[in-house]
Amino acid sequence: MTRYFTEDHEWIDVEGDTGTVGITDYAQGQLGDITFVELPEVGASVSKGDSVSVVDSVKAASDVYTPVSGAVSDANAALADQPELVNTDAEKGGWLFRVTLSDPAELGGLMDEAAYKVYVESL
Amino acid sequence: MRYLPLTEADRAAMLETIGAASVDDLFVDVPAEARLAGPVDGLPMHASEMAVERHMTALAAKNINAGSVPFFLGAGAYRHHVPASVDHVIQRGEFLTAYTPYQPEIAQGTLQVLFEFQTQVARLFGTDIANASMYDGSTACWEAILMAARITRKGRTVLSGGLHPHYGEVVRTMARFTQDNIVSLPTELSGEPDDAAVIAAIGEDTSSVVVQYPDVLGRIPDLAAISDAARAKGALVIAVVTEPVALGLIEAPGNLGADIVVGEGQSLGVGLQFGGPYLGLFGCREKFVRQMPGRLCGETVDAEGKRGFVLTLSTREQHIRREKATSNICTNSGLCALAFSVHLTLLGGEGLARLAAVNHARAQATVERLSRIPGVSLLNQAYFNEATLILPRDAREVVRELAERKVLGGVSLGRLFPEADGLHHGLLVAATETTTDEDIESFAKELEGVLA
Amino acid sequence: MNAVNAAGWRPAMGGAEEPAEKFATASGDYGLMLEEPLSFELGATDKCGVDIDAPDRAPAPGLSKFLRKAAPNLPGLTEPETMRHYTRLSRQNYAIDLGPFPLGSCTMKHNPRLNEKMARLPGFADVHPLQPQKSVEGALEVIEQLADWLTRLTGMASVAMSPKAGAHGELCGLLCIRAALDARGETRDVVLVPESAHGTNPATAAFAGFKVESIPATPAGRVDLEALKAKLGPNVAGVMITNPNTCGLFEPEMKAIADAVHAAGGYVYCDGANFNAIVGKVRPGDLGVDAMHINLHKTFSTPHGGGGPGAGPVVLSEALAPFAPLPFVTRGADGSIHLVEEENRGEGHARSFGRMVAFHGQMGMFTRALTYMLSHGADGLRQVAEDAVLNANYVLRACEDLLPAPFAKSGPCMHEALFSDAGLAEGFSTLDIAKGLIDEGFHPMTVYFPLVVKGAMLVEPTETESKAGLDRFIASLRSVAERAKNGDESLHTAPHFAPRRRLDETLAARKPVLVWRGDAG
Repeated sequence: MTRYFTEDHEWIDVEGDTGTVGITDYAQGQLGDITFVELPEVGASVSKGDSVSVVDSVKAASDVYTPVSGAVSDANAALADQPELVNTDAEKGGWLFRVTLSDPAELGGLMDEAAYKVYVESL
Repeated sequence: MRYLPLTEADRAAMLETIGAASVDDLFVDVPAEARLAGPVDGLPMHASEMAVERHMTALAAKNINAGSVPFFLGAGAYRHHVPASVDHVIQRGEFLTAYTPYQPEIAQGTLQVLFEFQTQVARLFGTDIANASMYDGSTACWEAILMAARITRKGRTVLSGGLHPHYGEVVRTMARFTQDNIVSLPTELSGEPDDAAVIAAIGEDTSSVVVQYPDVLGRIPDLAAISDAARAKGALVIAVVTEPVALGLIEAPGNLGADIVVGEGQSLGVGLQFGGPYLGLFGCREKFVRQMPGRLCGETVDAEGKRGFVLTLSTREQHIRREKATSNICTNSGLCALAFSVHLTLLGGEGLARLAAVNHARAQATVERLSRIPGVSLLNQAYFNEATLILPRDAREVVRELAERKVLGGVSLGRLFPEADGLHHGLLVAATETTTDEDIESFAKELEGVLA
Repeated sequence: MNAVNAAGWRPAMGGAEEPAEKFATASGDYGLMLEEPLSFELGATDKCGVDIDAPDRAPAPGLSKFLRKAAPNLPGLTEPETMRHYTRLSRQNYAIDLGPFPLGSCTMKHNPRLNEKMARLPGFADVHPLQPQKSVEGALEVIEQLADWLTRLTGMASVAMSPKAGAHGELCGLLCIRAALDARGETRDVVLVPESAHGTNPATAAFAGFKVESIPATPAGRVDLEALKAKLGPNVAGVMITNPNTCGLFEPEMKAIADAVHAAGGYVYCDGANFNAIVGKVRPGDLGVDAMHINLHKTFSTPHGGGGPGAGPVVLSEALAPFAPLPFVTRGADGSIHLVEEENRGEGHARSFGRMVAFHGQMGMFTRALTYMLSHGADGLRQVAEDAVLNANYVLRACEDLLPAPFAKSGPCMHEALFSDAGLAEGFSTLDIAKGLIDEGFHPMTVYFPLVVKGAMLVEPTETESKAGLDRFIASLRSVAERAKNGDESLHTAPHFAPRRRLDETLAARKPVLVWRGDAG
């Protein structure tokens, strides 16, 4: 399994042709208490950079962009009752959705963990 | 000037503090050629309270007010008795002169009222939840159509022929710009509402059907049958209630399967006011909450654990979501919601039921008396407090002639549907608890005179 | 003479017997700090505060299949209980009648009570919107007179009276633009909006079917004219500009902006929320504006009522006037007033884009606003703008040494003073200042808006604050700012003395409770 990061603070774990997407711990810290997560419909076809999910805090609604193209294969149902998982476990239990990758080459443009760390420190 | 507290001495002292020679120095950013040298031309100078009162009272005297003559108008605005205490409450400065409750620690009065209002509207409509108000019934109706389209991701809307024509016009006007597909069924002079036509018009591509209940001719559609048909095709039912007092007597739309119920709340607490400000009511199923337009008040606790209320789910709204908001509405009808809520609190459920029964009884007395006039007949098979009478000639002229005889005798269908020639003999007549036997008799006598 | 206090009793001056902490009372109330349950917890469905005679007949047989099975589950209260419920609730509200309400961009000015009295004259309040025109000539005259005031004050050709509030007026203006473009046979789908705009602007543009593109601000807080020009083109329907803008500054290049937009075939919408700064001093029509809504509940003193109702008439240029929505009130050559509706639209208003609302708009607000205009007169309204701007500049200069004023270092502001929270102690921000002001007995200013300034605080005193009142407010604002600079931790938990402490908004949003269900089985 390999983890990649985007400049919009999404992370994606890739295993085979499936990518699991969430927002980073840094991002959840910036947003504050998450109150609601709008998830994509399973089966939807998405293109890299599309806004496919929205993460709400009390005073903000933030779009989540899919880092890869493909078909949505799963969405984290636990978030319906526990949106706070995105705060408490952003990079694991607070995952948002899974995508079956249609173009694994897209991963080439993403950052690895070390690069993302440098990127966040530069902000 | 009585509303301006600064004295000349204050102004001079303040300019000195600011470091400006004159107030004109504070307007330096305005290009000189755009600055007016003095007061705007063609307008009067300031006037005393007494003088203004004289001017306004003279204008008011040019109108015939409903309470001064036999009065039978409805068509989406109803004259009910408003208890004196309602107006007293809404004139309390703490309610009247407060802003939208964005600082909840010092706005619990307004917020608790909104929470009570939302609960009252939801219970009255038979919906799970309700919002903190919209501008009026017609704009609430359009917002409901947009909301249904977001939920169903379909774009075709069917409007019953029983929908108030102003509401229909608002929808058609807005839809022309948003490219939504609106199917408007015709309004026909039939004793039964157009339920069958509504059901026949629902297709797989239909997002919502809009059904007024009771409808604009006073008929009562079978919401349960329409809801069953809509559900089978994946369409939502939007019920429109322009006379909420009716729901004291007839079943709540939510209990009959309506998914979204919108309405005009003017009947309770607000008064006629020549059409505004009125009160948009908006209730729906709880699962649609994130697609609702308008403000929502929710219960929570404060840092000491005490119950309190806040505006919530604001991420739907324009001040956060901007161009992705569910609506552009900001200011709503807060004070009218308070008036509605006070009136409904004074009535209670049983009081509302009794009021509704009296309204219906007064309407029966009116319709029975008027339909005894030769050439006049009742259209409706069922009605609440408003029904359509068929006259032997164009009702527009009849209404104008009645007004000359100091009777405000209903709303002509020609005024409401100018392009539908087949409706022009129709006269909408409403009665409420304010209608006396003497009013009915005067109306009947003058109508006999006009038709003779 | 009788001694007032013959027994020699003296009020306690405090001391050893005073409890150190607030103790629990049996009622939960403390003196005049009163708690109040929900009406649902107080009432009962068989209680009623209105006497209603029994109906003199049974429901008609035709109605039987529609009758509800049980009365609505709505607890009622008698009149004394009702009055007490709402009066107790009212005491948990801050209001203009209690003190300054310096919310920037909201224009919370005094609401004259003559307005209320006039709106309640039966000739206005008890008139049905569909009465024959001959029976409502006075009401139509109110609309026409108000329209005349609005067009003269703004230097515009015409006015659409029916929009219900500011955002509804914005929609009206944009739909007029759409209709004018349609009439020209052009499809332009982009509206330019400055990034500092109020949220309703982009929301309205989207609601009207336009795409929104943002225009950046200059370092001086104004619209970047060159950036705007670069965006103009055949797809641009128009711009939405707020002037004075949301930073409390006049846009000195407004005419140049309008000329550029017109040259590119677009229209200029102006958000009139801040008209109070310039009423009687500048006419937007002279600056090239094509449409502008006027919030009667801001500039023209109709009460805000805890969130409405408002009214948002839209003044229109010659270019847009033919497309104004129905109903439309006109005055004929003979001085007679006509109401144009669907029935008679052919008589002079055939190109109207349609109808935005049932009936005629916010009549109750029209009577109040006209009453206010007549009271002030043309001279008084000019003084309104001057005093509003004077008051704002007084606050600006009295506080800018403590709170940075990002755009006003070099010059005056208009009717509102914008500060930022830069320079407070680590961990302190605008929110702490706002909640600290509540403890001082003031409503806070607008916070975190406009978005272009980090930690924005927008103070709009309005013209109806006295100098003494402003001095008190300034002393409090300075005191709270000093505490925030010094890292006074008690600000983080403020307010301490309001009816409620900070409320848990996260809980409210995560698990929404929007109606009371305390009686559910």
